Amino acid sequence: MTTVVTVAALTLQEASRRRVLRSLAVLTAVLLALSAWGFSEIDSDYGGLTSGEARMAGSTVLNLVMFGFSLIAALGTAFLAGPTLSGEVESGIALAMMTRPVRRAEVLVGKWLGLVGFGAGFVTVAGVAEFLIVHLTVGYWPPHPVTGLMLLAAQTAALMTLSLLFSTVISPMASGIMAVGLFGATWIAGVVGSVGEALDNPSVALVGTVSRMLLPTDGLWRGAMNSFQDPALLAQIGSGIEESPFLSMNPLTGAYLLWAAVWTALVLGLAALSFQRRDL
Amino acid sequence: MTDSPAVWASHLRKRYKKRVAVDGVSFTVGRGEVLGLLGPNGAGKTSVIKMMLGLVRPDAGEVMLLGRPNTDPRSRERVGYLPELFRYQPWLSADEVLALHVRLAGVKISGSDRRESLGLVGLADRAKDRVGGFSKGMQQRLGLAVALVARPELVVLDEPTSALDPLGRADVRDLLLSLKERDVAVLLNSHLIGEVERVCDRVVILDRGRVAAAGTLPELLGRRELRLVLTNVTAEAAALLEPFAREGDHYTVTLPDDVPALIADLVKLGVRVHAVEPARVSLEERLLDILRTQPEEL
Ligand SMILES: Nc1ncnc2c1ncn2[C@@H]1O[C@H](COP(=O)(O)OP(=O)(O)OP(=O)(O)O)[C@@H](O)[C@H]1O
Ligand SMILES: [Mg+2]
Repeated sequence: MTTVVTVAALTLQEASRRRVLRSLAVLTAVLLALSAWGFSEIDSDYGGLTSGEARMAGSTVLNLVMFGFSLIAALGTAFLAGPTLSGEVESGIALAMMTRPVRRAEVLVGKWLGLVGFGAGFVTVAGVAEFLIVHLTVGYWPPHPVTGLMLLAAQTAALMTLSLLFSTVISPMASGIMAVGLFGATWIAGVVGSVGEALDNPSVALVGTVSRMLLPTDGLWRGAMNSFQDPALLAQIGSGIEESPFLSMNPLTGAYLLWAAVWTALVLGLAALSFQRRDL
Repeated sequence: MTDSPAVWASHLRKRYKKRVAVDGVSFTVGRGEVLGLLGPNGAGKTSVIKMMLGLVRPDAGEVMLLGRPNTDPRSRERVGYLPELFRYQPWLSADEVLALHVRLAGVKISGSDRRESLGLVGLADRAKDRVGGFSKGMQQRLGLAVALVARPELVVLDEPTSALDPLGRADVRDLLLSLKERDVAVLLNSHLIGEVERVCDRVVILDRGRVAAAGTLPELLGRRELRLVLTNVTAEAAALLEPFAREGDHYTVTLPDDVPALIADLVKLGVRVHAVEPARVSLEERLLDILRTQPEEL
């Protein structure tokens, strides 16, 4: 247990001292500034959020920005998770550490914990900053901010776990690229699925459902979006027709959340197994 | 527990793809013993060490470290290791690296003891500097401190002086001797034979994944010799020296039981004796000898 905590702390220390953090901070600041500008434009065009259209615009732009954050978090953690394990094996840093009286699974779980903490911390800080911007510019406050942020953090954790699994078998760069590629692919599959739903084409809709099962990042993202949206707005639009990449009609089911947790645990277990068997 | 050897390795075997790297290597390192692991490049020394420490899975064979099977992480509680490829978290300072290893080892070592370990390898004034800015030799020195910081009972050093300056090499030799004094077992892999000869109690020579020779230094270097510088050597005197090796005026013979008698006989035959000195086959000569005769044995 002390090993897990020690390695988690080390991973957080690494994240805070490497350049990743600075790049993340810069990207986040840029996105926050852009969104602040965007929202103030919306506000001046519509003169406060009174009409349904303005609410629609505000909600969509908020989700767009949050998607940007989730992308930054995904990229950041994926490119942090990859190097942190396979990079250490390649460079030889792992040699001295792994000959201490520690189990490899403990080291892996410690890294995972540290990275999840980092991802969650980033999502929280950036998300809350964005909520404040939206609140100050157009006076909108999302209905379930905490649930939404937790789902975003879960999405980051899921992707990071996958990246960690890849990094036990392939090179650091490749594992980051693979994870981000898959993340993008499921997002697109999710969009394709919504189009299928809108057109009442069950076989096309199935694409989204299946991909959401295989990699739960898109499903979790949809759940997060749902909790950032104004429920009145959703009721106004009605169900089904207007499902877009940045609007989500239905909150997540408990079964899906359970699946996402099981999925993450499974992938982490696989990563531990694969790391255990690896020659260093 | 303490009467179990520091290392007990039995029939280790490892194959990478089609290449057999280690082929049935067995050896032991006693408590407090310094064992030298020698052999040419690619002989499998590093592979043996990595299997021993659980970094690489052996295809066959077993290892016990300090009385515990090496599949049990606790077997490494009292083990210090300096890898051949030594790299430490570049974003940490030297002192933080040591603190990390102390925490992972689960021992209580005070900050001043850590500072002392750094002082031992000549890094006392760089304790607060980031490892990323260290030179190669400084990183190897840090690696030595890491291997020694958690009060080990077994220290495994894979080419500990490969990046060190001559002063550093002398420091390592002193370090090894002080470990020996404190009854710490050491497994030393080095290409610097003089270093090995100076500090090791026993030597294992690996060649192409097998143990080519093993034994204490006197066992391996058993043949003792006498070197003479002679002029006016008559045929009769030469017969007295037989069998001998000659290089100009320098004659080498196996050490006779009675050296003064031999010299007296030579002088009686009119031979002029300029120098007489006892000699020993150096470990280097012996190693080259063993490795060169290996192909015929296979
Ligand atoms: N990770 C690996 N993948 C494939 N082959 C390997 C690997 N590690 C070692 N080998 C092979 O195993 C053999 C032994 O290598 P090893 O590193 O143990 O040699 P060594 O005795 O330490 O040599 P050196 O004196 O050069 O350090 C070599 O033939 C090498 O090519
Ligand atoms: Mg080697």
